[in-house]
Amino acid sequence: MKAFLILEDGTIFTGTSIGSKREVISEIVFHTSMTGYLEILTDPSYAGQAVVMTYPLIGNYGICYQDMESKTLWPDGYIVRELSRVSSNFRSEEDIQTILIKYDIPGICGIDTRALTKILREKGTMNGMITTDETCLLESKIETVKKRIKAYCCKGVVKRVTCKEKKVLKGEGFQVALLDFGAKDNIARSLHKRGCEVTIYPAETKAEEILAEKPDGIMLSNGPGDPKECITIIKEIKKLYDSNVPIFAICLGHQLMALATGADTRKLKYGHRGGNHPIKDLQTGRVYISSQNHGYVVEEDTVDPKIAEPSFCNVNDGTNEGLHYLGKNIFTVQFHPEACPGPQDTNFLFDRFVNMMEVFGLKKNGGV
Amino acid sequence: MPRNSNIKKVLVIGSGPIVIGQAAEFDYAGTQACRSLKEEGICVVLVNSNPATIMTDKDIADMVYIEPLTVSVLEQIIKKEKPDSILPTLGGQAGLNLAMELAESGFLKEHHVELIGTTPETIKKAEDRLEFKMTMEKIKEPIAASLVVENIEDGVSFAKEIGYPIVLRPAYTLGGSGGGIAENEEELVEILSNGLRLSRVGQVLVERCIAGWKEIEYEVMRDNAGNCITVCNMENLDPVGVHTGDSIVVAPSQTLGDKEYQMLRSSALNIIDELKITGGCNVQFALHPSSFEYCVIEVNPRVSRSSALASKATGYPIAKVAAKIALGYTLDEIKNAITKKTYASFEPALDYCVVKIPRLPFDKFISAKRTLTTQMKATGEVMSICTNFEGALMKALRSLEQHVDSLLSYDFSNLTEKELEKALYRVDDRRIFVIAEALRKGISYKTIHKITKIDNWFIDKIAILVEMEQRLKKETLTTELLKEAKRLEFPDSVIGRLTKKTEKEIKALREQYQIRAAFQMVDTCAAEFAAETPYYYSCFGSKTEVEIQKRKKKVLVLGSGPIRIGQGIEFDYCSVHSTWAFRQEGYETIIINNNPETVSTDFDIADKLYFEPLTPEDVQNIVEVEQPDGAVVQFGGQTAIKLTESLMKMGVPILGTKAEDVDAAEDRELFDKILEECKIPRPAGHTVFTCEEAVRAANDLGYPVLVRPSYVLGGQGMRIAISEEDIREFIGIINRIAQEHPILVDKYLVGKEIEVDAVCDGTNILIPGIMEHIERAGIHSGDSISVYPAQSISQVAVDTIEEYTKRLAKALHVKGMINIQFIVCQDKVYVIEVNPRSSRTVPYISKVTGIPIVKLATKVIIGDTIQELGYQPGLQKKSEYIAIKMPVFSFEKLRGADVNLGPEMKSTGECLGIAHQFNEALYKAFLGAGVNLPKHRKMVLTVNDEAKEEALEIGRRFEALGYMIYATLGTAKYLQQNKVHAVKINKLEQESPNLMDLIYSHELDLVIDIPAQGYERSRDGFLIRRHAIETGVNVITALDTAYALLTSLEDAKNRILTPVDIATLNP
Repeated sequence: MKAFLILEDGTIFTGTSIGSKREVISEIVFHTSMTGYLEILTDPSYAGQAVVMTYPLIGNYGICYQDMESKTLWPDGYIVRELSRVSSNFRSEEDIQTILIKYDIPGICGIDTRALTKILREKGTMNGMITTDETCLLESKIETVKKRIKAYCCKGVVKRVTCKEKKVLKGEGFQVALLDFGAKDNIARSLHKRGCEVTIYPAETKAEEILAEKPDGIMLSNGPGDPKECITIIKEIKKLYDSNVPIFAICLGHQLMALATGADTRKLKYGHRGGNHPIKDLQTGRVYISSQNHGYVVEEDTVDPKIAEPSFCNVNDGTNEGLHYLGKNIFTVQFHPEACPGPQDTNFLFDRFVNMMEVFGLKKNGGV
Repeated sequence: MPRNSNIKKVLVIGSGPIVIGQAAEFDYAGTQACRSLKEEGICVVLVNSNPATIMTDKDIADMVYIEPLTVSVLEQIIKKEKPDSILPTLGGQAGLNLAMELAESGFLKEHHVELIGTTPETIKKAEDRLEFKMTMEKIKEPIAASLVVENIEDGVSFAKEIGYPIVLRPAYTLGGSGGGIAENEEELVEILSNGLRLSRVGQVLVERCIAGWKEIEYEVMRDNAGNCITVCNMENLDPVGVHTGDSIVVAPSQTLGDKEYQMLRSSALNIIDELKITGGCNVQFALHPSSFEYCVIEVNPRVSRSSALASKATGYPIAKVAAKIALGYTLDEIKNAITKKTYASFEPALDYCVVKIPRLPFDKFISAKRTLTTQMKATGEVMSICTNFEGALMKALRSLEQHVDSLLSYDFSNLTEKELEKALYRVDDRRIFVIAEALRKGISYKTIHKITKIDNWFIDKIAILVEMEQRLKKETLTTELLKEAKRLEFPDSVIGRLTKKTEKEIKALREQYQIRAAFQMVDTCAAEFAAETPYYYSCFGSKTEVEIQKRKKKVLVLGSGPIRIGQGIEFDYCSVHSTWAFRQEGYETIIINNNPETVSTDFDIADKLYFEPLTPEDVQNIVEVEQPDGAVVQFGGQTAIKLTESLMKMGVPILGTKAEDVDAAEDRELFDKILEECKIPRPAGHTVFTCEEAVRAANDLGYPVLVRPSYVLGGQGMRIAISEEDIREFIGIINRIAQEHPILVDKYLVGKEIEVDAVCDGTNILIPGIMEHIERAGIHSGDSISVYPAQSISQVAVDTIEEYTKRLAKALHVKGMINIQFIVCQDKVYVIEVNPRSSRTVPYISKVTGIPIVKLATKVIIGDTIQELGYQPGLQKKSEYIAIKMPVFSFEKLRGADVNLGPEMKSTGECLGIAHQFNEALYKAFLGAGVNLPKHRKMVLTVNDEAKEEALEIGRRFEALGYMIYATLGTAKYLQQNKVHAVKINKLEQESPNLMDLIYSHELDLVIDIPAQGYERSRDGFLIRRHAIETGVNVITALDTAYALLTSLEDAKNRILTPVDIATLNP
């Protein structure tokens, strides 16, 4: 069945419908990873967006449910050049066509994803509609359709993706409170693997409730949407900041902490989404390849140098990739050390966090 | 880290002659690195014995030594040039081994020379089997259970422990030379003994067999600060068991999930970090197809064939970045030359699929075993890019130029299901065609996978192509179907065949439906950033990204495709130099080529690079977009020449010599007429079409005669016939290789073979020099030792040659290059072949005379005259040096290939000896080709009856050099009668000790075996030569080569070789 992708600027791509046949309007973003499509589809940070895969051959190794980064698929839509007919992997349980239908994700394949990517690169991220309704293209209708597309605005996505109630991943080691703004499972897994007991809290949990449990550390997760929308969460985070408990934050968590401490964020023209972004540790000069997925960034010059200093920067465009909070046991990063998908080069940051909790604990017990 | 300012003068070691396993990729890497060093103001001293390379040009390096790559030669160059550093990671295994020897002996330390880009410790850790194993164990990277052995007994007992099959890998060898898989003890002993001999350190790794696992490679970079990135990963379609150089390879990996991909990526980075590599590195993995178990197969701590492929597949210039890292830069300081926005620390993201297919030489070596093993056999490769795998595979297939345009090109339709299943077990270059046929016959994926272990994803892709064949055959050709067929890159000709339409009709339909090729950019970043480097590939169903700016005149330079015997790296040299010359003259230059190993496909050689098959349809797609003002075909070998007619039909003017004149040189009748008009004699001959006509022609001319097909490369199918029986046999062979052109039967003349390359501006000619072949006519010019300037012909002959060249160039209206081969028989000069194009000898003669011939030819094509370019017309004055070009062969890599030289070319590469003295030049040339004698002073001499007298002289002279001569009955008797001491040795079929025992004593220096002319039917001679080659014994099959070797050895004893900097040579 034919499907169409209509961008808010009027560009139309004609392809074949995949997944759900339902019509959808969303913000269109592109991702450059060559593997990890299931991890991307199950990353809650894509809630409210439709994802274009720049790599043209998707679905080759099928669906390995174990690799899901959350319980469900999040993007509003899925845009690819070609889906594989066979799923070739010893762990594959399903093919990608089936899972898109199963989770009711509409999509389109067979389009020139490179041309689409270039439009997004040149004009910036924009909205678009995936539809199988050919009448949308009629001259009489297209203007109204374009208006509808343009009007789309994604609100309150964090609420949609966060867990409804507290969950605990039992462990023998440090007690970590993980605030779920749309956390990828591998954040909890990475901590759990290091022996931590991870308590996952819904996004809008009060700081007092968390602190009452006396966690050894707090983890602020990734998540979707405009960070500035999370007004109430930011307030709670300010309290966590004041608490002195060690905090490690990733992506949205990083942005929220910055906002909580007076800095500003802005939207990037077309974001960073891929598994090949070099980031530089400003202290050591070492460069790592990171997994990235963010449309917003902390404006470095709005960061009060008395509160925090940049710890990582993006080698390509120089944007902020991490902050180190002065006089605090807090460090936050824009990229994804939990990988999945993408390179695991920076997962040592979880060790750093565990280490931080250890040192903090010793000091606390030593009465310092 | 800024660059190390102590580095001012760097010695770069090249990889020597092209052999199987070490080909043009090192010219590409070396050239890129040298340019990168010079960009930094570094003085570059280059040494490489291979004169056909671009890296040995004076434009590329400051000092250029085309000298044998031996420790003593390098020591002399270091003493003379006093470099502060050596960059050894760009010259392949050969360069690395040499650097190791220099470092280990303490020579480098003594002369205050640093190794940059690597350290001896790193090389040892990666290359020495034991150290490698220990290193991997230390960092917990799994390797297959293995043991390094130095004798057969240990190998046998370890094999008993871990069970068969067993893989054997000799340490420090090229392209897996001497390796293999042993299924039982007998095979183990055979392969192991061979491997022990081939290994420089006498070590072979005996290893658990992981054949059938997925073979995955990662190209990784690391800098001095410890920053690591992966440039690209690649997956072999052929599972472990086939050398990666002989495998169909796809980039990026297709059947790995993110978990597997990242697991192996992390492992590769872990390894490169532990080895402390600074620069590029290749890590090969075997991945179990149904678990996360993996093994590290091999690590190459240097640039390699795979890194050339990865560079071209991604646009990331590995050699260039490696050179910068060697100077001290870190990855985040080096700008990405394609985007000019990102840095070298950005990992490339692909938004297309790349397929590489090896170019195997079985069309040349009909008797060689086609089986693919861990011993590499390919002479070259092609790469193609498309947005889907099927398309990339189809494009790569037709890039091979082996009469293949689809999966139907090898016909297995006569095989039954049972036979097909059996055929699937054969791992050879045609397996993919067998799979296609199996799918046509309905054999299941499961069965195919079970037998071949090829991943189902690839089988499905082949099935998609097969289904399209069926659809085209059965369905009506709708717009949609045609679109889909083109998306899968079916050529119009194949669609035409399947739909019973003509190619023209398909093309017309495409026009009507507006189905056109689109060109997309290779930009390293999947369109995330705007790229500035115009490097394109075609696909269907996309938007073209090519921007056409019509400011300058635009010229299309056609490349020469994959490296194969008869068409090697020298044509890339010519294409690149021509491109540069056009650029200098203000032209916009466009290169089309499909060989990932070459300099011409580097993204900054031409203004635009199209990585595409060189077929008329593919070229036309580009022509339609670019609308060039002209095309130049005379520099791209036969590949480009073959496109002349098609280009003209497209309306593209051919720059330089006109197509009809090219035809005139190839068409026997037209050419005879021209010769007659010019009053130039040629050996008598006839053009025939049938076997009977050939027999009649031969009888008329008198035997021996030369029989050959017209329009071929490197003398393919050319033979000397001494009887009617021979003729019948040859014509049969010729007709087997799809032959639409007539067959030529010529009188075979015994004389001096002379070769001339000349530039003609329409009026005047310029001959840089005259080359003489050491071997008498009958051995292909590419396989002959060639001497410049000619030594043994008279002034009369020289004058005649100059005059004939002039007449021919004018008669053929040559504008640009012409290559002529003559035979000189008692001062009488005959023309035997004329090629109105650039030839194999052009780089060699350019370098030894200092005359930039390709540049001159290009400028002449544009409209300059020879005089305007500052040269006096005619034969240029002789150089003060003698330069000898020596062919180099790869026989030991090709089981079953006959070593015997003849009119059909067999060499894969060449090296040069240059000196004031003839003997020294000759000695250097032999040394460069790896003939380093004497060692044991034992040799075998067997000759046919006609050559007995000459054998006597050879015997005498070798005896004088202290050689013990072994000979079979006839030759021995003759030598003894004539007072040459010879030991009689039994023939192969006779009782032991016989010739075979002697060969396997490992004490032979040399086998001189001169077979009778004509078609050799002696199994004995063949076996002797094969066994000698496979045990590392030098084999000579021509009397003249034997004389030359003697000459080089006779006063070698006290000779000190003097390296010559050819960058100082001026015309």
